[in-house]
Amino acid sequence: MDKNVDYSKYAVVMKGITKRFPGVLANDRVDLFVKKGEIHAIVGENGAGKTTLMSQLYGLIKPDDGKIYINGVEAQINDPNDAISAKIGMVHQHFMLVDRLSVVENIVLGQEPVRGPFFALNRARKEIKDLSKKFGLIVDPDSIIEDMPVGMQQRVEIIKVLYRGAEILVLDEPTAVLTPQETNELFEVLKSLKSQGKTIIFITHKLNEVMAITESVTVMRLGKVTGVVKTSQTSSKELANMMVGREVLLTVEKNSAHPGDEILQVKDLVVKENRGIEAVRGLSLNVRSGEIVGIAGVAGNGQTELTEAMTGLRKVESGKIIFKGQDITGFSPKKRREMGMGHIPEDRLKHGLIKTFPIYYNFILGEHDDPKFSDGVFLKIEDIRKFSENLVKRFDVRPPKIDLLGMNLSGGNQQKVIVAREIAFDPALMIVSQPTRGLDVGAIEFIHKTLISMRDKGIGILLISMELEEIFSLSDRILTIYEGQIMGEVRPENTTTEEVGLMMAGHRLEDLHQEA
Amino acid sequence: MNEWIQAIINVFTNPTFYKSTLTQSTPLILAALGGVFSETTGVVNIALEGIMLMGAFGGVMGSYFTGNPWYGLALGTFFGVAMAALHAWASIKYGADQIISGTALILLAQGITGFALVELFGQPGSTDLVRSIPLVDLGSFKQVPFVGVIFGNLSPFVYIAFASVAFGWILIYKTKLGLRMRSVGNNPEAADTLGVNVYNVRYFGVIMSGFFAALGGAYLSIGELGQFTTNMTNGRGFIALAAMIIGNWNPVGAMSASLLFGGATAFNNQLQSQSVLNLSTNTQYIFGMIPYIITLIVVGGLIGKSRAPSADGVPYIKE
Repeated sequence: MDKNVDYSKYAVVMKGITKRFPGVLANDRVDLFVKKGEIHAIVGENGAGKTTLMSQLYGLIKPDDGKIYINGVEAQINDPNDAISAKIGMVHQHFMLVDRLSVVENIVLGQEPVRGPFFALNRARKEIKDLSKKFGLIVDPDSIIEDMPVGMQQRVEIIKVLYRGAEILVLDEPTAVLTPQETNELFEVLKSLKSQGKTIIFITHKLNEVMAITESVTVMRLGKVTGVVKTSQTSSKELANMMVGREVLLTVEKNSAHPGDEILQVKDLVVKENRGIEAVRGLSLNVRSGEIVGIAGVAGNGQTELTEAMTGLRKVESGKIIFKGQDITGFSPKKRREMGMGHIPEDRLKHGLIKTFPIYYNFILGEHDDPKFSDGVFLKIEDIRKFSENLVKRFDVRPPKIDLLGMNLSGGNQQKVIVAREIAFDPALMIVSQPTRGLDVGAIEFIHKTLISMRDKGIGILLISMELEEIFSLSDRILTIYEGQIMGEVRPENTTTEEVGLMMAGHRLEDLHQEA
Repeated sequence: MNEWIQAIINVFTNPTFYKSTLTQSTPLILAALGGVFSETTGVVNIALEGIMLMGAFGGVMGSYFTGNPWYGLALGTFFGVAMAALHAWASIKYGADQIISGTALILLAQGITGFALVELFGQPGSTDLVRSIPLVDLGSFKQVPFVGVIFGNLSPFVYIAFASVAFGWILIYKTKLGLRMRSVGNNPEAADTLGVNVYNVRYFGVIMSGFFAALGGAYLSIGELGQFTTNMTNGRGFIALAAMIIGNWNPVGAMSASLLFGGATAFNNQLQSQSVLNLSTNTQYIFGMIPYIITLIVVGGLIGKSRAPSADGVPYIKE
């Protein structure tokens, strides 16, 4: 078919791609057209089939049906080596880097330059320096990957792809793990790559990024293409509707808060991180019931340590945590829970769920010894199941099967399980950390609505998030953290993202006001 | 108390202690190096003990039938490589649990050697004496005080062990293949996306581990003694694993740790032979624990400092 059609102006054409997994039609006759030298976004919710599509382009999996044309010529891509020789490079969402090896070793792996029987490290180093310079991707070739920040690791991934001579770069959700600054740096790099003639396919579900950097967009939903548009002729709103298949509210609707009594007070808190350096340095804050206090900041400024100290997972060096009028600084996590402190942890899979447990066990984690669920020796399985059936319905966990294992749920549904569990035990205070990291538009909307309704029921919420947008749309008060200290408190209606951004970079609010 | 101090001083001033350290360490160094090869590529090989046993038995068998101990060495390493290939086949191709596969191989080796011993030599316990690999006689160098005693008349295995460590270190850290071994052991998926054949590299690592561990085992039987006895490895495969861990999965580190254990064993033997101490036969069991107590203390002290390759022991299953 299509013998007469000229695809030569396209770097990539994928035509009628179909891929079935057991029980799922992951790609259903998907067409993708990417022009040479453009930045093309593929957007869609989690599970829409974006990554599956790209995995077929890169030869990681084989399509059941359909054809791939590279620069107008039909290509047989059976494994990554074929993709590499077709000058396609992929930067995976989870970096494909060997942690213990150096930058240069990672980059040349698989195509190592050699001198006699030995690996020619110096020549490799020089080649990498040249590439770094050419594309403005500065990295130290001898750093060990595990010692580098995520943004730098991503640069290594990009250089790795360029080292193999890639002309077509596929980036799978490259900004999911980046700070706003790192994201901006990445965009600069992408622009520079484009100006040197590279074609870029950019998978994401962050629509503001699509609007900021791409030229055309393919929207996918449930394995099908639901729209192909030019970025200049669309809007975030329209893209979101195409992605989700219904009207989506990108902004959160909420009434003004009616805060009650002070429920949490933190005084001069000092907490050390794993290496023994102070990560939280004399921080004070308070939360009243019925309000959301947002903590804005770039990742790694003490947020994790603050959360852990608050929930009893990390030792406090000095300072006090007062909850419901009682000094709980030395209390165990269990005691804090019993007093009514809920926690939505930043890493769902590490601290939120047990991946290999079914949903119904995950629902009673931390409450397993409650007389409702246990008679002291045995678990009351029937009661637990009934309780879980109920929660699954109430929070619309999909698929609504309580026997499914935690790891078999999508990220959004895993988060729903955690949120449901934490709300079900009726907390007075909720420590919420990165609640929507890696979730798609629909799930984000749900989590945000739930947080607002918790607030309206009188629960005090401390929200820690790296997403500035989320902080602004949910918080009643915003505190900005920098190097373990609060730079200032503002109300979202009286501030700008620029002001908070400056505080995130270490400027104190009072200094900003003096300068103004 | 004084006689103890005297006895310890006697041990350390006697060159025999140092020579004994080298000979006790040799099988450990070779087996630990084998462990490094396997685990660098991400396959745990606790079967070292069994592979050594097969190497030891093969050595004697080859020497017995051909009268040439070098053929014995060849047969021993062939047995070792075959055992390792079995482990590789089960754990790489079929993704079997590597601990179970390794344990099975140890039991298999004990069974085969025990059975073959009786079948071929007609008696349990030990084989006939066979020709062993000749020692390297340095001639007049032997007359040099102290060092002459240590180095004058060593088994070639000792030299082979140290040369193998150098070979292993260069291969793993300075060659393309070594880079691939390390990458496959830490993140096989990443290596795979770059076109590295994870399975082949792992086969190579495991089979090399069989080769080196069998060399270590062969030393025990045809290195000096010229005889195989039931279970003659006596836990050395496990000590070698400990040496590999303490040595942080590095050939040179594993060698250093092996020397420590070899030294402890030599010290123990030399101390027991001191007549000034008047030890009863029973206390030798207590002394026999010395190397193992050192293992426990050193391993305990190293917790958190020594790190296995990230994907060590995790089968790689391609989707």
